[in-house]
Amino acid sequence: MAVAVRVIPCLDVDAGRVVKGVNFADLRDAGDPVELARRYDAEGADEITFLDVSASSGDRQTTYDVVGRTAEEVFVPLTVGGGVRSTEDVDRLLRAGADKVGVNTAAIARPDLVQEIAQRFGSQVLVLSVDARRVVDGPPTPSGYEVTTHGGRQGTGIDAVTWARQAVELGAGEVLLNSMDADGTTAGFDLEMLAAVREVVAVPLIASGGAGTPEHFVAAARAGADALLAASVFHFGVMTVADVKQHLRDAGIPVR
Amino acid sequence: MTSPSVVVLDYGFGNVRSAVRALERVGAEVELTADPHAAAEADGLVVPGVGAFASVMTGLRAVRGDQIIDRRLAGGRPVLGICVGMQVMFGAGEEHGVHTEGLGEWPGVVDRLDAPVVPHMGWATVSPAEGSVLFDGVEDEYFYFVHSYAARSFPPLGGGRLTPPSVTWATHGGPFVAAVENGPLAATQFHPEKSGDAGAHLLTNWVRSLKER
Repeated sequence: MAVAVRVIPCLDVDAGRVVKGVNFADLRDAGDPVELARRYDAEGADEITFLDVSASSGDRQTTYDVVGRTAEEVFVPLTVGGGVRSTEDVDRLLRAGADKVGVNTAAIARPDLVQEIAQRFGSQVLVLSVDARRVVDGPPTPSGYEVTTHGGRQGTGIDAVTWARQAVELGAGEVLLNSMDADGTTAGFDLEMLAAVREVVAVPLIASGGAGTPEHFVAAARAGADALLAASVFHFGVMTVADVKQHLRDAGIPVR
Repeated sequence: MTSPSVVVLDYGFGNVRSAVRALERVGAEVELTADPHAAAEADGLVVPGVGAFASVMTGLRAVRGDQIIDRRLAGGRPVLGICVGMQVMFGAGEEHGVHTEGLGEWPGVVDRLDAPVVPHMGWATVSPAEGSVLFDGVEDEYFYFVHSYAARSFPPLGGGRLTPPSVTWATHGGPFVAAVENGPLAATQFHPEKSGDAGAHLLTNWVRSLKER
């Protein structure tokens, strides 16, 4: 009766459309987040994550509509992150139909935001998203990992492991740990960084970045991840959510 | 046969949109409102809830949800509590050291789960009560939980009631109450409206039971 390890496809959404090409021949509109969410739901996705990469507030409005339409049709939890700067943003997303909201850059700039969101809506809605990498230049951090911004292009010098722990103390109910080193490599999740964060947080931990084979998901679950997030391997049809879950099941890891 | 009517109690808490849609999907005629008359008259009343026990109780009382629920149950009219909407049916909640009176439909206290990872977040199976109506056909399925607090015991009810409540258990760190079926009052700690096909099946079971009363 242990809680099942979750497999979570992530969709980048810009102005209401999925970006980073998605390649499914049988979809009427592969750019429609709702249609894709439905597809992943049917494949057995345990949760769906939208990352809103819209630049303008007008485009964000479109995202709220997409969230609403998805929640009307897809009956698994929906997490939305990207550009969340205030409790008002969280309120708007929850009202639109999101179950959880991811915060990232705004919380680094102002950690109190984490506390404000948790107090108003409860920790369970708040996913702290951390884009982290190994420190290569600049002063080393205690863990050797630092938080980055701007899609991993800018280091902050903030220790990634410490930040995750602090954010949980402030009220984050879950941590999404995205390895900017592993992201896009398809060489596997950063298991060392995952284990380091697992050591210090007692909330659910989502591994992200680097998935290339179903075995990578198994390794991340064994390193302590409660949930496994991936984008391109699912979008490009390298594997299905069902494939990943079968591998996890065969490895003796509980899945739905 | 006309569709059973269901009111989802709108008191400012809970992802009510999902609950409404999930109930519509299984054939109920759903209204989202806090209107006492509508809530009293519907075949079924759903009490959603997320967030803190204390603020959910405050929100409920603000729309006189406590009275609406009491009156329905006194008249044998079905009520379904979801997540914190289930927790408030117990005697009290203990969150962050704050003691809050619940609706007291059942004795017992809702307090923090004791497990290595909290919140209990994700899909888990349950041990359905024998003869459960809610879990009929989905006994072995996974349901979506997200909570840090739970009723970790279910004290016996006093008063020599004829039918003891059917309690469905799940485990996270230790056993906790995953669902209760107690005459007209049913409740789930998990979110059936977010539990995919299994959740839809459970809601179908509940909606169907409304017409059989």
